[in-house]
Amino acid sequence: MTGRPRLAVWKFSSCDGCQLSLLDCEDEVLAVAGAIEIAYFPEATRREDDGGHYDISFVEGSVTTPHEAEAIKDIRARSTTVITLGACATSGGIQALKNGASTKDFIDAVYAHPEFIDTLDTATPISDHVKVDFELRGCPISKTHLIELIAATLAGRAPQTPAHATCIECKMAGHVCVMVAEGKPCLGPVTHAGCGALCPGYARGCYGCFGPKETPNTAALSARLAENGADRRQIRRLYSTYNTNAPAFREEAKAHD
Amino acid sequence: MTDTTIKVDMLARVEGEGAFKVVVREGKIVGTEFRIFEPPRFFEAFLRGRDHSEAPDITARICGICPVAYQMSSVQAMEMALGVEVSQPIKNLRRLLYCGEWIESHILHAAMLHAPDFLGYASAIDMANDGHADAVKLALDYKKIGNSIVTLVGGREIHPINVKVGGWWKAPKKRDMMKLREDLLRALDMADAFVDFTAALPFPDKERDYTMVCIEEPNGRYPMYEGTRLISNRGMDIPATAFNDHFDEHHVKQSNALQGRMKAGGAYLTGPLPRYNLAYDKLSERAKAAAERSGLGREVKNPYRSIVVRAVESLFAVEEAIRLIEDYEEFDPAAMEITPRAGTGMGASEAPRGMLFHQYTLEEDGSIAKAQIVPPTAQNQPSIEEDLAELIADELDRPHDEIQWLCEQTIRNYDPCISCATHFLDLTIDRG
Repeated sequence: MTGRPRLAVWKFSSCDGCQLSLLDCEDEVLAVAGAIEIAYFPEATRREDDGGHYDISFVEGSVTTPHEAEAIKDIRARSTTVITLGACATSGGIQALKNGASTKDFIDAVYAHPEFIDTLDTATPISDHVKVDFELRGCPISKTHLIELIAATLAGRAPQTPAHATCIECKMAGHVCVMVAEGKPCLGPVTHAGCGALCPGYARGCYGCFGPKETPNTAALSARLAENGADRRQIRRLYSTYNTNAPAFREEAKAHD
Repeated sequence: MTDTTIKVDMLARVEGEGAFKVVVREGKIVGTEFRIFEPPRFFEAFLRGRDHSEAPDITARICGICPVAYQMSSVQAMEMALGVEVSQPIKNLRRLLYCGEWIESHILHAAMLHAPDFLGYASAIDMANDGHADAVKLALDYKKIGNSIVTLVGGREIHPINVKVGGWWKAPKKRDMMKLREDLLRALDMADAFVDFTAALPFPDKERDYTMVCIEEPNGRYPMYEGTRLISNRGMDIPATAFNDHFDEHHVKQSNALQGRMKAGGAYLTGPLPRYNLAYDKLSERAKAAAERSGLGREVKNPYRSIVVRAVESLFAVEEAIRLIEDYEEFDPAAMEITPRAGTGMGASEAPRGMLFHQYTLEEDGSIAKAQIVPPTAQNQPSIEEDLAELIADELDRPHDEIQWLCEQTIRNYDPCISCATHFLDLTIDRG
C-alpha cells in the first residue's frame, strides 16, 4: 500500500456493536483516522460509497437476505483485504438461531404482513459467500484485538490474536475455576480466547461469545456438564447462542437434540 | 421545485440501515416515508423456548449501542413474571449501570453523529480536522468515562455480562467504585462544558406540539430505570403493565420495524424531550442551572434542541452516578433466589433514545412462551414521518442539497437506533 490505505466499514445483519467498538477506542480513534483514510463508514460519516476500490474492508454482520448475498460479492471484488468483525460476520451470529427453524413461523411470530418481508432461510457467515482474509471473533469483538488488527494491517504483518482457550486466559488471570469450585456450567475449555476470561472474573461461567477454539473437545465438556447436573436441553442451549452456527458448537448442540 | 422527490437511500450517522423519501406535488409535501430496511433478525421468535435467565444476554444483542436498556427492561419483566422483588441495592446498581450507558450513548450521538449536522461537516473526524479538535477530544474523554462505568459495573462496555435476572452475578468492590468516582468528579466540568458546546450550535427555529410519553419511577427519581407508570403531557397516567391497552404496533410496507401508535389515535414522541418536559423538577440543581444557562426554558418543543437536552441529561447522569457510588455498599448475595414458575411480566425503562417496553410469558419450567419487545425507534417512526412533513414544508424553495441535509438532521434528532427498531436511513424527495 502506498499513501494512506482506504478503509470501508460495511454492515450486514447485526446489532452495530462491533463497528461501534471502533468509535469506542476513544484514545485511538483520531490517530487511526490520521493513519487510514476512512473512506466509507456510514455509522460515523455522511460520505457515500464512491463505487471505487478499498484497500481494507471491515465487514460486520451475517448474510440473511437475498440483497446481502449479492452485496458481499461486489464488496469482495472491490477490496484488497476483507476482514470480518465479530461473531455475526464470522459464524452467523445470534440470528442464525433461525437456521433449521421454519422461516414462515418466525415471520408469523413477529410480523402481521409476511408478504412485506424478504429474508433468506438462513443466517450465514461472510466466509460462506466469499474469501475472507482474516476473521476477528467475539460478540462483541475486543477493542485490543481491533487496535492490534489495524496496527498489524498497516505494518503488513499478521495480527497476534491467540487461538488458545478462554480457559488458559482464566488461569493466567488467576480466577478460581467456576466449574470445578462451584459446578457452574462454563464453555471456557472449548471457547476461543479474546475476552480475558471476563465472565469467570464476575463469578459466572463463560457463555462462548468468541466461538469455538481450534480443535475443541466439546464431547468431553458436555459429559462434564451432564455430571454437574445439566440436562440435554440446557446443554443444547449453552452451545446455541451467539456462535450457534459455528460447526463445532452446531454439531454438539445437535448431538443433544 | 414544484414536483420532486427528495430521497436518501442510506441514511448515515445513525445506528442501523434506514432511508427516507419526501414526495412533493405542486409545491406541497404530499407524502413522507421513513423506511427501515435493516434486515429482520426475529428475536421475538427465537426467544420462544429459551430460558428466562437467558433474556438479558440475548436481548442485549438487539443493539450494540444500548444493550443496557435491553438488559434493564428484560430483567424487570422477568422478575415480575417470576414474582421476585429485588432489593434497593440491586436497583441502585442497575441505575448506576444505566447512567453509564446514558453518558456513553448520548455523547456518541450528540458529538459524533448529530453535531456535524449543525456545523456543516460530513463527520466528527472532519470536524476535528477543521478547528473543532478540542470539542471532539472533550467528547471522546467524556464518553470514555461513561464507558468506564459500564465496564466496571457490567464487565464490558458492549454487551455487559454482569446483569442477571434477580440481581447481579457479582457486586463490584467499593474501592474500585471509589476510583471511578474520581473520574466522574473530573467529568463534572467536562459535562458543563459539553452543555455549553451544544447550546452554542445554530438551531432551526421550529417547534411542534408533540404528544410526549415517558416512564415514571415510583420514588420521585428522574425517569431512567424503573418504569412503574407511563405518563404523557396530555394527561395519560397508566400503570406500565397496561401498555398494550393503550398502544398498538402496526406493520407497514416500507419498514421492517413495526410502527407504534396510541390506540386513542396518533403518533407520539418518546425520548429526551418527553423526559425533560415531564420530569424537569426531578433534575439536579446543577443540571437545571445548565439548562437555564443554555436558554432551554422549562419546556422544549423544538426537536433540534434535543441535542442540548441530551447534554443536560448526561450532566445529570454524571451527578447521579457520583451519588450512587457514594451511597454504595458491597452486597452479598448479589442476586435474589429465583424459582421458575408460569407467569407474565412487563418491564419499561428509558433507553437513551426513548422508552423500551418488554413483555414475556413464561411456562411452568421458566422457559419463554411468548416475547414482545417494543423499542423506542419503532415507537418514534410515525413522529419522524410527521416531522418530515411539517418541519420541512416551508423550506421547499431551498436547493435540493440543503433540503436533504435538513431532513437528515431532523431524523437524527431522534438518535434513531434502527438495529433496535428491527429492524437504515435512505432520503427520497419525490416531486413527480
